[in-house]
Amino acid sequence: MRSLETVTMTFATAALLAGCAGNAANPTASSPHARSMMLGTPIVEADISAWNIDVRGPDGQGLPPGSGNARAGKALFDAKCASCHGAAAAGGPMFGTMVGGIGSFKTDKRLLTPGSMYPYAPALFDYIRRAMPLTAPQSLSNDETYALTAYLLHLNGLSGEDAEMNATSLAAIRMPNRDGFIVDDRPDTNAVRCMQDCRPLRTSVPAP
Amino acid sequence: MTHDPSRRALLAKTAAVAVSGVAAVGAARAEPLPVPDSNKSLGRPLPPEEYGMPSKYESHVKRRRTDVLVNKQNYSDWSFTPLHQQLGTVTPTGLIYERHHNGVPDINPDQHRFAIHGMVRQPLVFSMSDLMKYPSVSRFHFMECSGNGLTDWLKPAARTVQQTHGLLSCAQWTGIPVSTLLDEAGVSPSATWALAEGGDGSAHARSIPMKKLMEDALIVYAANGEMLRPENGYPLRLFIPGWEGNVSIKWLRRLKLGDQPWHLRSETARYTDPMPDGKWRQFSFEMEAKSVITSPSGSMKIRPGPIEIVGFAWSGKGRVRAVDVTLDGGRTWREAQLEGPVMDKCLTRFRLRWNWTGEPTTIASRCVDSTGYVQPTVADIQKVRAITGFVQHHNGVFPWSINEAGEVKNAIA
Repeated sequence: MRSLETVTMTFATAALLAGCAGNAANPTASSPHARSMMLGTPIVEADISAWNIDVRGPDGQGLPPGSGNARAGKALFDAKCASCHGAAAAGGPMFGTMVGGIGSFKTDKRLLTPGSMYPYAPALFDYIRRAMPLTAPQSLSNDETYALTAYLLHLNGLSGEDAEMNATSLAAIRMPNRDGFIVDDRPDTNAVRCMQDCRPLRTSVPAP
Repeated sequence: MTHDPSRRALLAKTAAVAVSGVAAVGAARAEPLPVPDSNKSLGRPLPPEEYGMPSKYESHVKRRRTDVLVNKQNYSDWSFTPLHQQLGTVTPTGLIYERHHNGVPDINPDQHRFAIHGMVRQPLVFSMSDLMKYPSVSRFHFMECSGNGLTDWLKPAARTVQQTHGLLSCAQWTGIPVSTLLDEAGVSPSATWALAEGGDGSAHARSIPMKKLMEDALIVYAANGEMLRPENGYPLRLFIPGWEGNVSIKWLRRLKLGDQPWHLRSETARYTDPMPDGKWRQFSFEMEAKSVITSPSGSMKIRPGPIEIVGFAWSGKGRVRAVDVTLDGGRTWREAQLEGPVMDKCLTRFRLRWNWTGEPTTIASRCVDSTGYVQPTVADIQKVRAITGFVQHHNGVFPWSINEAGEVKNAIA
């Protein structure tokens, strides 16, 4: 009976019940209801839209209207990005290259770039929109962001120079590292608490 | 031991005296004590108001940026807590480590707003004044950057424990359980993840499982009894106990609930662990059990005689159950004494008295947590992960070598 209940509980309900039951490890815990004040002001999603800038990687949910291609992106990049990232994103005074590295992860010199590392192309749009350029984040228009995304993808050989990137085409790009991730499966070590006659630690100095 | 005033005077000028000073006690007759000037003069008067600062004699105790992996700009950068100078389990607020992705924003709390939206019954927005009316909770927890130890996996690079382990701090965090506010917004039964986003120039964001948010996460506005410092997220941050620091989003402006993770840059291209076969481990949130000896540690110098070995242990999974220390390079280990209180997901101090004979050796500590997990060596970790490039979540046993001159050095390998 109890296990059936557990299976059908929602997260919210589960946490609520856990709070009521008390948590020995944390004497200050109490149920959310006990602290509830209802002081938040209701707001409608439309009034959060200026903040609602996240784009979900796998399906591109949140990608806005607009479009841009690598040709437009190059001009923008030269004007707004190259001073830190270098011409053609090959590395500049502040940051390393954003081009290449595809296929490098099975070598001992992994090169992390948007092309080699991102599993989903919409995440590149998300990051440029939220954080770039460093000196004026969230200043780019949607078309500009699409164009810069298109340029970086093109430099990495992942889209054509004239390919228009928009909400549909960007989400359709298959990134090389799409299947490169595994979810946390730790603990992955199995250290033993040896007290006597243990294997000496590896150190950078010769043993005495 | 012979009385050697010049040698003692010299040592007194170094950090080593904190470690070796005990050795000289009872060895000889001290000089007669003059009445100090402080007994014979007026002190500093009380100003009408002030914020007290450390003594000028403590001006060397500072956060420091990396001196190994030096960045060419200081907006997406980090600074380390001087762990060897932290004398209790709570990190003084001005010494809490920093990791920013676009510098420190200047946020007026009167204008700051925090929104909860997405898969909720009723989206809500809170002002700081709203939030501070809720009944608060205060909890002592450590916070550690997933990149702590980044430069020192297979060969020594950093010289001090500040640089090897200082992306680690501990504070009393005060705020509201996230569950309280989420419950008011009404969580959809289908919501399994939430995006947390900052109000800084990087709008740093992470996907966080709802289960953890409802379990023990806090919306925090204070640390160590005062409002957060700007660099720690003023006026509002998320705090996720036991997990890598970068999910405790600073300058928090919204939580958006959804039914899957977002796979943002900060959880794919960064903060992921290189694994064998070219793979990457993702959403490795928990900071596993770890410990380090902070005294004696890198760049200190000790003298033969009694040495009080001191360090910190912690675990993102629970409490520290035990800390073992080796004084012979790992061949034998003995259990150190833990200083209470030993709290959940909190820095714990350990100590062990040692009589150093002057023989070169290697010392290290090893943490066992309340789940029974034993802190691995780097060799243990290397068997199951790829150690290359930006390796994260380094919780390996960390050795310090001591040579015949008593010089303590980073001996990682």
